[in-house]
Amino acid sequence: MSNKSAHQPPRWADRFLEWYCRSEILEDLQGDLYEHFERNTISKGKRKARQIYCLDVLNFFRPYTIKKFKIVNNLTSFIMFKNYFKTSVRSIARNKLFSAINVIGLAVSMSIGLLMIAFISEVFSFDKFHKDGDRVYRVNNIYQEQQEDPTPFATTSIIMSDRIKESIPGVESQVLMTRGFGGDAKLDEKIIPISGLWATEGFNDVFSFEILQGNPETMLSEPNSIVLTDETAKKIFGDTDPMNQTFILGKEDLYTVTGIIKKPPFNSHFTFQALGSYITYTNQNRKGERGENWYNAWNNMWMNYVYVKLAPNTDVNDVNQRLLALGEKESEKYEHITITSELQPLYGMMAGPDLSNNIGVSIGGAVIWVLAGFTLVVLLSAGFNYTNLSIARSLKRAKEVGVRKVVGATKRQVFNQFITEATIISVIALVFAYLIFMFIKPHFLGLDPSIERSLQLEITPILFLYFFIFALAVGLLAGFVPAMFLSKLKTVQALKNAGSTKLFSKVNMRKVLIVIQFTLSMAFIISASIAYTQFKYALNFDLGFKTENVLNIELQNNDWQKIETAFASIPEVQMISKSAMIPSVGSTYLVDMKYNNDSTELFYNTIDENYIDLMDHEIIAGAHFTKKSSESEESEVILNEETLKRFNLGTPNEAIGKQVEIDENNLTIIGVVRDFHYDKLDQGIKSFGFRNRSNSFYYVNLKLNSSDLPATMAKIENAWNEVDPVHKLQAQFYDENIESAYSEYVIMGTIVGFLAVLTVSIAALGLLGMAVYTAETRMKEISIRKVLGATEGSLVSLLTRGFMWLLVISAALAIPLTYLLFEQQILNDIENRATIGVLELFTGVLIIFAIGILTIGSQVRRAAKANPAQTLRSE
Amino acid sequence: MKGTNLGEFEEIALLTILVLKDDAYGVSIKREINEQGKRNISRGALHTALSRLEEKGLLTSKQGEGNEDRGGRPKRYYEVTNKGLTALQEAKEVRDQLWSQVPAFRLQ
Repeated sequence: MSNKSAHQPPRWADRFLEWYCRSEILEDLQGDLYEHFERNTISKGKRKARQIYCLDVLNFFRPYTIKKFKIVNNLTSFIMFKNYFKTSVRSIARNKLFSAINVIGLAVSMSIGLLMIAFISEVFSFDKFHKDGDRVYRVNNIYQEQQEDPTPFATTSIIMSDRIKESIPGVESQVLMTRGFGGDAKLDEKIIPISGLWATEGFNDVFSFEILQGNPETMLSEPNSIVLTDETAKKIFGDTDPMNQTFILGKEDLYTVTGIIKKPPFNSHFTFQALGSYITYTNQNRKGERGENWYNAWNNMWMNYVYVKLAPNTDVNDVNQRLLALGEKESEKYEHITITSELQPLYGMMAGPDLSNNIGVSIGGAVIWVLAGFTLVVLLSAGFNYTNLSIARSLKRAKEVGVRKVVGATKRQVFNQFITEATIISVIALVFAYLIFMFIKPHFLGLDPSIERSLQLEITPILFLYFFIFALAVGLLAGFVPAMFLSKLKTVQALKNAGSTKLFSKVNMRKVLIVIQFTLSMAFIISASIAYTQFKYALNFDLGFKTENVLNIELQNNDWQKIETAFASIPEVQMISKSAMIPSVGSTYLVDMKYNNDSTELFYNTIDENYIDLMDHEIIAGAHFTKKSSESEESEVILNEETLKRFNLGTPNEAIGKQVEIDENNLTIIGVVRDFHYDKLDQGIKSFGFRNRSNSFYYVNLKLNSSDLPATMAKIENAWNEVDPVHKLQAQFYDENIESAYSEYVIMGTIVGFLAVLTVSIAALGLLGMAVYTAETRMKEISIRKVLGATEGSLVSLLTRGFMWLLVISAALAIPLTYLLFEQQILNDIENRATIGVLELFTGVLIIFAIGILTIGSQVRRAAKANPAQTLRSE
Repeated sequence: MKGTNLGEFEEIALLTILVLKDDAYGVSIKREINEQGKRNISRGALHTALSRLEEKGLLTSKQGEGNEDRGGRPKRYYEVTNKGLTALQEAKEVRDQLWSQVPAFRLQ
């Protein structure tokens, strides 16, 4: 046999053969292969022979050589399963504390897992109702100004639709839609505000919304056609048949109802109450040279959406290539900007990237990954608990394993038994997790109005299946390490002395797991407190103007003069001004500005003569706007300091009186305003100007001085209702506007804070388990020490020291890691932000230490106080 | 008659087993075909063919002794059954008959 070991065929190949081959033919087949191998070794050399052997083994992997499904084997394992189940249940019942810790920890973390599953499966169910939706794409524009970072938009130009028709093959159908359709629908005495989209007749070719009435092909072809959803139709027409009825929309446009579509389902990424035929929009806007130019401009890309359905077998990359080439060609006309386009699949819209000018809400892929990551962390924490406690307890189970092995259990069977036990625990935990899930679901949805609008987290039957599979997976993963460990125990050792040191070989692994757990817990707490500081910082930031007691009211297409007069009579209203938008809460208006052959994008707000006073902006040179008649042309502008620097307009005083071109109008600089934060704080300050155009106000700003706010609000509402009884007053204090603009910090803080509480509780539970266990197993040692004269204090410190070290290591890891994460990654791009202070970093750590000391201390003290006579007597 | 028609490779395998007499087992059959047929057949293909022939009843097999080269594993010896012999005969007859009808000039 000596030469046999000298020429061994590859071991893995041999094992593989033994694994798959039927036992009837294995013997002689393997024999043949060996003999062959032997000959080859002599004739062709060892290397070649081994190669051939491997090839042969793979070559023999054929249906007739593969093992048959062994029913007998399965039967025994089925019978054994009953036994595993029974012993598992007994063991769970016997160790109530450990089981409770495991079940609670797993239930809490799994409830988050369930939330995630429901969340993700809902996000991915969006838009699945469209027929051939896998071939539907949206054309997204990417806007890049000079060397700045490109910005992705969900919108594109109107002309894109024609360009696709002309130059891009493989498009089966397409639809062009534009925002801004709608207004007040007037029928008889009723006035009902509706909103929707302009859409071309391709709408029903690309999308598969359910059509209740009307011809899908032609319902959007004629001018002044309108398609209503059943819900809107009912509001306007009640129970009469709406088809072919006419009504007035907006000022005086008469529309005919040509179709009824069922209200878009919840899981559509965009929604509408009505669709206007696109030709109407074209007729309204494509007027004169200026209208024509604007309509066909490549950079008229802020309101329009183009969706295409590609023909089967069209290569998306090919279309994207053509779009890119098209964009590059079209952009040559523009000096500073490049606008290219690419396709975004319909099914990826909800989970897709966060795009500007989106047609509806999207959750954003990043958010999903972050949430999934958090969930995983919480789950890991609970899984670690299970692993740790099980291994710690393995001391007690070792005898059981030994006996099982002596009686004839294979390694695999022991493994199965412990996996079964873990799975049972996780399934029990699932029941509790589901209850917790039902409890936290409404809170999760209530975090932010935008979440509530876009998600329901409906429980579908398939979800239950997912939940169950998830529970099994958790059980398998959590039980894997302990099961491996126990099944590998050597029989003799396990039976000889359960307390032997060999069993504690996994002690280091347990320590590592505890450290990971606590590092994560601390990182969570630190993150939550950083997010909270950031929010507070943003709220208290000096924007450069005053927002106290300023009430912003949406005009909602009312005549501002009437509204202004109505409010002017209220004594508590100190000042009234009007503006086009509310700065500093995240939205911005942009316009082209030119001076001396140089041009840039100017952020702007259109305001009246009182605005600057009311908001307390500081004018550092020049004058305010003055009151003008509503027909006068725009002629003046007030710029910020940054714009002067950008165009080298000199000192503020020098700049006064110079002419600049804005939006193709020549405007005189009449004033310079101190730089202020017109955008959210994560953006820096760039060129900004105040314009003065009387016909583009959307907001009225009131400065209030009221001792009885509710009464004042009531007066304002009354005044509003007198002018406009149809629309509800939309008023918000400036401070509230700002607060909601930064709500993302609050949401992040809430989520992270909640998860922090969970991970900390889970980790604390685990620690408690370990402490109980340590105290129990070292009872005798403690008693002997005590008998020999150890004080309670020294015993407590002896038992606590080990755990405390773990906590210290965790803190040493968590603090720098979290700091770097926030400093380098998350807050890096944010222009104005709170510095991360020592306080934020160390509060979390202190909390964890306090919790840790409490949990361990309680157990350790009990052990140290116990009467040694009691414990030692039983020896 | 379906089932007794022999494939070319099956025919060769059966004939080789007859040639090898008492020493027909996996390795020797493959070697013999390699040498006589001047072709390299894969072990997998041969084994598949042998087990199919056995299924059809044209072959029987029995376990033999093992030796050191084989790691102590037994050989499986193959033997052609009467049915196998008949099948071979039939195949040969068909061929002979066809050969006899081929015009002589075609063969030159």
